[in-house]
Amino acid sequence: MSAQAVTAGLAESGEEESRDHSKDGPAPVRIVVAYGFWIFLLSDIIMFSALFATYAVLSGQTAGGPSGRELFELRHVGIETLCLLFSSYTCGLGILALERWHIQRFYVAFALTFVLGATFLGLEVSEFVGLVARGAGPSHSAFLSAFFSLVGLHGAHVSAGLLWLCFMVAQIATKGPRDFIRRRLFCFGLFWHALDIIWVALLTLVYLMGAR
Amino acid sequence: MEEHAGQVPASTAEASGVGEGKPSGSFAMYTAGLAFALLLTGASFVVSQTDLLWAPGVPAGLAVLAIAQMGVHLVFFLHIGTGPDNTNNVLALAFGVLVVALIVSGSLWIMAHLNANMMLPASAIMEMQR
Repeated sequence: MSAQAVTAGLAESGEEESRDHSKDGPAPVRIVVAYGFWIFLLSDIIMFSALFATYAVLSGQTAGGPSGRELFELRHVGIETLCLLFSSYTCGLGILALERWHIQRFYVAFALTFVLGATFLGLEVSEFVGLVARGAGPSHSAFLSAFFSLVGLHGAHVSAGLLWLCFMVAQIATKGPRDFIRRRLFCFGLFWHALDIIWVALLTLVYLMGAR
Repeated sequence: MEEHAGQVPASTAEASGVGEGKPSGSFAMYTAGLAFALLLTGASFVVSQTDLLWAPGVPAGLAVLAIAQMGVHLVFFLHIGTGPDNTNNVLALAFGVLVVALIVSGSLWIMAHLNANMMLPASAIMEMQR
């Protein structure tokens, strides 16, 4: 009797409490974790917005140096865009595969994600090296400073994402796809897709509008 | 009381089942998202490189395509939707968009005015100094 009364009491107080939050009780951990990470991503996007504003203000200030129209190669940028887009796709498929317990497919998808992300990064580094070699380094003009900090920060995010990807694959390999690791993986997916959103803005504002 | 005690564990089990096991999207959703994103990216390149659009309208066209593509990414890749689990995410997104819009448009507005005020003709500056 006493045990049952305690259970009933707990259940009731639990429901009482949950009624305050929502009709269905407290949200599952996964939803809460994703919400917290989403807020982090939004703050990251706000940080990027400050650099976007800087670039938009300074994009005309070339100090007599080369402008975007002379510097940007759209074919190069198009390949970068495709790499990032397909890596986002394979990342999503990898997470989907893991949720359906196809571990092998997850590894294949994440290997592809890594290769595509690394290709993007390689192309970006080669672009930067080429610009510096042409004398159009970040110290040349306000336009180039803003360009290098904006695009470079995105590149730094992609590098961090690649590192995180390696850690996630290692964790899956050693600890198995447990709940908390899958939540981390889900956050990684959000991060990787958010980088793609930032790249869309970058591609449009910096490259497509700049190359006209 | 008895019914209550029996009901609640069942409903929490269901809730956690929905939360932990729910697939985040589907293959079809990701593929549709990729197709839309490719289409919009291609359109952006076409618009910027050809005379398809009236030249002064090209920046506006590019902005529309970019915003559409961000929407595609949000819905198909990040799964920001209209579901009950998503209300908080959408509200946070709305606030983020507000802050981003304030930072970008505010900076451009202020800097454009400063720039315009710096461009006074020399005679006007002489006038002010007198």
